[in-house]
Amino acid sequence: MTASPPLISLQSVSRTYRTDGIAVAAVRNVSFDIEQGEIVAVMGPSGSGKSTLMNMIGLLDLPSEGAVYLEGANVADLSEDRRSSLRARSIGFVFQSYNLLARHDAIENVALPLVYCGIGRKERLARAERSLEAVGMLHRAHHFPRQLSGGEQQRVAIARALIASPLIVLADEPTGALDSRTGAEILALFAALNRTGQTIVMITHDPGIATQCNRTIRLHDGELVGDETQVQILPKRSAAS
Amino acid sequence: MTMLQGFQIALHALRLNPLRSFLTMLGIVIGVASIVTVFAIGSGAQLRLQEQIRSIGANVLMITPGAVYQGGVRLKDGSKLTMTESDVQAILEQIPEIQAAAGSIAGTAQVIHESKNWNTTINGTTTGHFMVRDWQLASGRYFSGAEEAAAGKVVILGSTVARELFAPGDDPIGAQIRIMKVPLEVVGVLDRKGPAQDDVAFVPLATAKLRFLGSASNINRDSVAYIIAKVAADGQMAGARSEIENLLRQRHRIPSGQEDDFKVQDPAAAMEAQQGAIRTVALLLVAIASVSLLVGGISIMNVMIVSVTERTREIGIRRALGGRMRDIRLQFLCEALVLCLLGGAIGVGGGVTLSMTVARMAGWITSIDGQAIGLSLVFSIATGLIFGFYPAHKASKLSPIEALKTE
Ligand SMILES: Nc1ncnc2c1ncn2[C@@H]1O[C@H](COP(=O)(O)OP(=O)(O)O)[C@@H](O)[C@H]1O
Ligand SMILES: [Mg+2]
Repeated sequence: MTASPPLISLQSVSRTYRTDGIAVAAVRNVSFDIEQGEIVAVMGPSGSGKSTLMNMIGLLDLPSEGAVYLEGANVADLSEDRRSSLRARSIGFVFQSYNLLARHDAIENVALPLVYCGIGRKERLARAERSLEAVGMLHRAHHFPRQLSGGEQQRVAIARALIASPLIVLADEPTGALDSRTGAEILALFAALNRTGQTIVMITHDPGIATQCNRTIRLHDGELVGDETQVQILPKRSAAS
Repeated sequence: MTMLQGFQIALHALRLNPLRSFLTMLGIVIGVASIVTVFAIGSGAQLRLQEQIRSIGANVLMITPGAVYQGGVRLKDGSKLTMTESDVQAILEQIPEIQAAAGSIAGTAQVIHESKNWNTTINGTTTGHFMVRDWQLASGRYFSGAEEAAAGKVVILGSTVARELFAPGDDPIGAQIRIMKVPLEVVGVLDRKGPAQDDVAFVPLATAKLRFLGSASNINRDSVAYIIAKVAADGQMAGARSEIENLLRQRHRIPSGQEDDFKVQDPAAAMEAQQGAIRTVALLLVAIASVSLLVGGISIMNVMIVSVTERTREIGIRRALGGRMRDIRLQFLCEALVLCLLGGAIGVGGGVTLSMTVARMAGWITSIDGQAIGLSLVFSIATGLIFGFYPAHKASKLSPIEALKTE
């Protein structure tokens, strides 16, 4: 045990959706901690509650029962505005469908979180350039999403997730829409980021990907059914192109 | 997120769909343009009336012909000249409150000086006319008694006529001009009194009757078309008026119970009433134009609601990346505001152009005041805020998770 609280701590977290009077327990009584510097794979069949869990870790949603702690603070005690600004500064989201704004070019997309950090345009663009460079996409800075391949869009999305130097990057099936080769490249990028100390939580269906993470959390029907820490077996080849 | 960033995002979004943006703000454009135009024409009309009121002079009564019966048939007012020069004389001599009075007959004719000519009003009157209207000379003199008595061939020009007939620096006094082939000497040029007043040439009443207007069938040697009279003080207007009425009824031998064959009017009072009426009509028109602004606002709200629905996913992305509810609200509010402000600005431009065109084509005086423009812009901003608020609020209330799920 370290003196400082874990980066993320889930304590008996449940999330129940209620639609038309029918209650669906998407996540049931899940507890675990994530420490700074980890790269965690979240696995489980479709509908097992992975995205629901991720949304709570990412401060987009609150548990129905139990509590999520970010650096020791119960996120339910924070105001909606405070959670929003934590999303801007401390959380980096990467989605399966990239979720870039179609009407903005790559660099504007990457700079977007900084708008909500109150940072001026000049600095936003300068930092967006650095972030694009880190994922090897600087040469596409003024391309629009429709002009980019899936892998390129996901790299831009990762650059956007990294721009505010977040405490944690949350990726929901980041390679799910990509072919296996491109998926491997994206995974290598995450691994390289993790080697620089970036904490990453990644939902995946691919056991091959999971083996490259230092820990795998397994969900089934909303319940935690496995939490294994692997001996470090990160890929040896260099990540960023 | 700051207001400035909100406007930048709004401008970006609106530029992507310029036609839709323009159509959305069309209602505001039309509303603001109508308000500016109505204001311009309304205040122009007021200015013109005020000028006319000033040009009549203070405390002036005007006596014009009234109804005439001929064999039991009532003829149109003014169809017969019922006033005479001796009526003028009687009013002057018998009513103490009257300071000055003059009879006039008028028509239009071509006035010619050398190679220049100009069509204007010829007014035959006496020097009293200028006293009644407090109308000073710019140069020269009024008619002499001898000229008035003997139908002297002299003329006093209004400033417009002087300008049209004489080159700048060319002194009209002493020059010969011709009206209907009769040569006349210019003895005076009047001060400016206003564009509608200055386009006139005065000749002695006797001259007008003898040489120009006397041939008209309804003019006899003694008659005049109208009389103007100046009352000494403001408080004496009503008294003087009824004294004139009594005097003229007596002189025209009108039995009691029968309608007067003349009318005594207070033109300034009548025009003030007219001014009130113009103001009322203008306000009514502005109210109607405001309805168009309302419709414009509703159309903006409608398009904004559609736009929020279309951009649900964008809203989800912005929320996930740290946009607060109020940031989303500000973004859409800014869009509505930009639409309204841009529409308002185009409307002001259109309104100014339209009222200037009306002024040129219809010859109306229009007056564009900053107040009307400021008011229209304030209206536009208010419209943007009122009708933009609901869609913006709706956008800010979307759940980020649900918003991210939409396609
Ligand atoms: N907004 C929602 N309303 C109702 N039920 C939901 C909602 N979101 C997810 N669910 C349900 O919760 C369960 C878990 O969903 P999810 O977390 O998306 O699973 P996964 O990401 O592992 O596929 C599913 O049964 C799903 O139908
Ligand atoms: Mg999922």
